[in-house]
Amino acid sequence: MSGPGVGGTVVRRGWGATVVGVLLLAVMLFPVYWMVNVSLQPSGSAVATPWLPLHLSWHGYATAIDQQGRHLLTSLLVAAGSVVFSLLIATPAAYALAHLRIRGAGAVLFGTLLSQMVPAIVVANALYGAYAAMGLLNSVPGLILADSTAGIPFAILIIRAFLGTLPREVVEAARVDGAGPLRAFVSIVLPMSRNALVTAALFTFLFTWSDFLFALTLTTTEDVRPVTLGLFQYIGSYVSDWSSVMATAVLASIPAVVLLLVAQRYVSAGVTGGAVK
Amino acid sequence: MAEVARLAMPRAEAGPQVAPWWSARRRERLTQLGFLLPAVVYLVAFFGYPVAKNVVMGFQHYTTATFYTGAAPWVGLANYVAVTGSAVFGRAVLNTVLFTVGSIAGQFTIGLAIAVFFHRRFPLSRTLRSLLLLPWLIPLIVSSAVWRWILDEDHGVLNRSLGGAHLGWLTSTSLALLAVVMVNIWIGIPFNTTILYGGLQDIPQELYEAAAMDGATGLRAFRYVTWPLLRPVVTVVLVLGVVYTLKVLDIILGLTNAGPANATQTLATQSYQLSFQRFDFGQGAALGNILIVVSLLFAVGYLRASRRAVHS
Repeated sequence: MSGPGVGGTVVRRGWGATVVGVLLLAVMLFPVYWMVNVSLQPSGSAVATPWLPLHLSWHGYATAIDQQGRHLLTSLLVAAGSVVFSLLIATPAAYALAHLRIRGAGAVLFGTLLSQMVPAIVVANALYGAYAAMGLLNSVPGLILADSTAGIPFAILIIRAFLGTLPREVVEAARVDGAGPLRAFVSIVLPMSRNALVTAALFTFLFTWSDFLFALTLTTTEDVRPVTLGLFQYIGSYVSDWSSVMATAVLASIPAVVLLLVAQRYVSAGVTGGAVK
Repeated sequence: MAEVARLAMPRAEAGPQVAPWWSARRRERLTQLGFLLPAVVYLVAFFGYPVAKNVVMGFQHYTTATFYTGAAPWVGLANYVAVTGSAVFGRAVLNTVLFTVGSIAGQFTIGLAIAVFFHRRFPLSRTLRSLLLLPWLIPLIVSSAVWRWILDEDHGVLNRSLGGAHLGWLTSTSLALLAVVMVNIWIGIPFNTTILYGGLQDIPQELYEAAAMDGATGLRAFRYVTWPLLRPVVTVVLVLGVVYTLKVLDIILGLTNAGPANATQTLATQSYQLSFQRFDFGQGAALGNILIVVSLLFAVGYLRASRRAVHS
């Protein structure tokens, strides 16, 4: 986050650059503005949308919550479940990979990296049959398990990268005091890795919340339907009421916006950490 | 548990005295493996099994009937012959290449330009830079929905901005792929910018000062200082970008549903349609396997090439 070795020689730019930056951002974020604008229009029917929402209307949101409210709750449930499950699985593994000398750890790490290359459609293709046999289709646990394919490798890599920067002596000092690996993990490692855990949790939430493919392939009924799939079905047919569609889109974007505004410092860490490490 | 014990054995036996199984040392080794085991089980079940299963399914006539009867007759290479011989295959390969190359080229160039722009700080630069991430953070299917309305032929704001043009961005076979690439570039720019910005920040300022003394500023500084030092990060961004773009489904299904007339059909969407719309899971698996091989070949090839470039 911090600048380069900022010496007195670094030439900073002035407000002129800010103007360019704002214009750039305006172009990049125009679709987001448009989404909000359309969602607030009274008649979202197939007419050209005015540039500004001058006649504020909550009709789109009322319809969205009425028709997609359950789907939003499903998404929330699946995403929260996936965060808990991913962290439970990934955190101890990341610790083992970073600090315990275990045979085959290298292979596990390589496998984790490699897993990110497997297309989700390949996973879904095989899981569909297995899920059908095990009764996991159309179930929240089924979606949590499948959606964690995004969260778990990411969480392992990012937490491991962080733990790698922890001095080994800190962990080993606890061991000298007689703490077993489990005690050292719970009372020393976990509290110290708070930032990495938060980053992993936030991104796992976002990945799962955004999941579309597993929702599309591993659910076949209305029972368990995340909002991404609800939105897809909205736009899958002829749309006559765009303000409801865009209201749903806005509601489905809330986690991303909250993440940016509230947890900004974790976000760059997540984007960079997951990619480079 | 038997697996754990077996793995834990050799170390303990190699020790000076053979400890009983409940010894502290061995218990510790078991605990250690306990940390790793859940993740290994998960990775095997949700990545290892699907990949292996897809390889097997690729050689089977595997359809909805298989779920009821359990019968999936072996068909040898018939699935591969069918998918590669179909009329759509050539189109899907070409589209996959165009979609991937077009998206990556656009995302990377624009992302790099923006990263360079943000490299020297200015008032509000940090806030603006983090807000820029928004398109990358919102769900892909949300972006698809929004762009679908923006690109609408009759009432979309893009055509209106173009002076009331009537371009069928998503409905014309000649424009749809371009539109899908454009949207994917928009989505990928923030990721490229963020990673490349991080890479730029890691280049020591002194190098620029030294280069400036030798008369290298502006573009020359970029050519002789920035670019060589940024190379490793560039490699990461490009490899991740290609691997990710090859398997993209959400955007295409959301924007065009792989149409019109297969104009935006890619290997990934075609694999989806074969399995989940035509319920020929064997053929879907065959195409999915081709997709995996393509991404593996690319990743290995590119990493090799760039390593050679760095060493020479």
